Amino acid sequence: MAGLDKVVSTYDEALAGITDDMLLMVGGFGLCGIPEGLIQKVSDSGAKGLTCVSNNAGVDGFGLGKLLEKRQIKTMIGSYVGENKLFEELFLSGEMEVILTPQGTLAEKIRATGAGIPAFFTATGYGTQVADGKETREINGKMYVLEEAYPKADFALVKAWKADRHGNLVFRKTARNFNSMIATAGKITVVEVEEIVEPGELDPDHIHVPGIYVNRVIKGEFEKRIEQRTVKKA
Amino acid sequence: MSLSKDQIAQRIAQELQDGFYVNLGIGIPTLVANYIPKNIEIMLQSENGLLGMGEFPTEENVDADLINAGKQTVTTIPGSAFFDSADSFAMIRGGHVDLTVLGAFEVDQNGNIASWMIPGKLVKGMGGAMDLVAGAENIIVAMTHANKHGVSKILKDCSLPLTGVNCVKKIVTDLAVMELRDGKYHLLERAPGISVEEIQQKTEAELIIEGEIPEMIFQ
Repeated sequence: MAGLDKVVSTYDEALAGITDDMLLMVGGFGLCGIPEGLIQKVSDSGAKGLTCVSNNAGVDGFGLGKLLEKRQIKTMIGSYVGENKLFEELFLSGEMEVILTPQGTLAEKIRATGAGIPAFFTATGYGTQVADGKETREINGKMYVLEEAYPKADFALVKAWKADRHGNLVFRKTARNFNSMIATAGKITVVEVEEIVEPGELDPDHIHVPGIYVNRVIKGEFEKRIEQRTVKKA
Repeated sequence: MSLSKDQIAQRIAQELQDGFYVNLGIGIPTLVANYIPKNIEIMLQSENGLLGMGEFPTEENVDADLINAGKQTVTTIPGSAFFDSADSFAMIRGGHVDLTVLGAFEVDQNGNIASWMIPGKLVKGMGGAMDLVAGAENIIVAMTHANKHGVSKILKDCSLPLTGVNCVKKIVTDLAVMELRDGKYHLLERAPGISVEEIQQKTEAELIIEGEIPEMIFQ
């Protein structure tokens, strides 16, 4: 790495500095747009006691399911998380703490983290158990819940379609999901991409996340497993 | 006869208006997409980051990067747009989605809805449901009127943990179309062959029955 060149060539470099008890944010919705190789590397690192902020927790043996297998996650923060049996076991046995957060609140909390906004009011969850213990306030006749941003993630793990060497990112279709906010919310943001191009090759008008948020870029190989393959007859 | 899931969806589709942006939840609501009237233009919002959701792809067109909120592979229609989850929920919370259709375990006469958690059973999470009910101006709940023992799910007070408060406007069940106004459900239509008495008997919430209640009409 030199100057603004963020590209690293090995996963060791991509996740250099990862240790136990860290806060990770991991992009993706279901298995769509997850940084597959970075998750594998977290698994290989053996780091334990992790807190993971991610909309979902993968499936058995894939995505964050890999970290569940090795009991690396202490606290899971997501909106919809039960798509694997192991998750169920770890949750029910109390081995792992789970904090369920409405999807839009999760997205906004991550966005707020990256944008330096410590908290915001939202109507989401008012009158439900999500609001338990939180400040509520009436604003213009409607009730809102105060939701705090997260601390910055020790590592924000992102999957993008393309990056240039400066870390400018372009996503593809619905694989963008949580990735663009998570990219802004890391002390160290690492992006795994399908293709790396030279600065200037991406149209500045078409960049989804500017490289200022990005620390490391690595080219990955992706299986892109599909959770619900639904087709119509040709 | 009580309505099938498809018939509930078909009846809800009659509520769609030309130019609407619509979010359809998982389950019966998803089926509404099959009954969109041909003479109107609708944009379907999928909260994982897509406006302009199309039908399921053919085998050759399956794309792992293109899914809906139910994680199913889908396609786009001309004029569609992709965006991130923060934008998606800005649309939802900000009241830009014209109609949200979602399922429920229970609703009550305070407009409360319970749809995400049954104590004692594994909780997978609320996904985007709490945001959708808090943000939508216009919510239709698609549900069965009573459980298999005939016990009402249209209650005075929800017994299950809530998804949102004071948000239900209209419900379409296998027996009836009802609208919530001033803390009372008003019976608007009944399923073909279902008596007003049966609906009354299976509705715990306060129910207003005014005049002759027409049967639903299916084209």
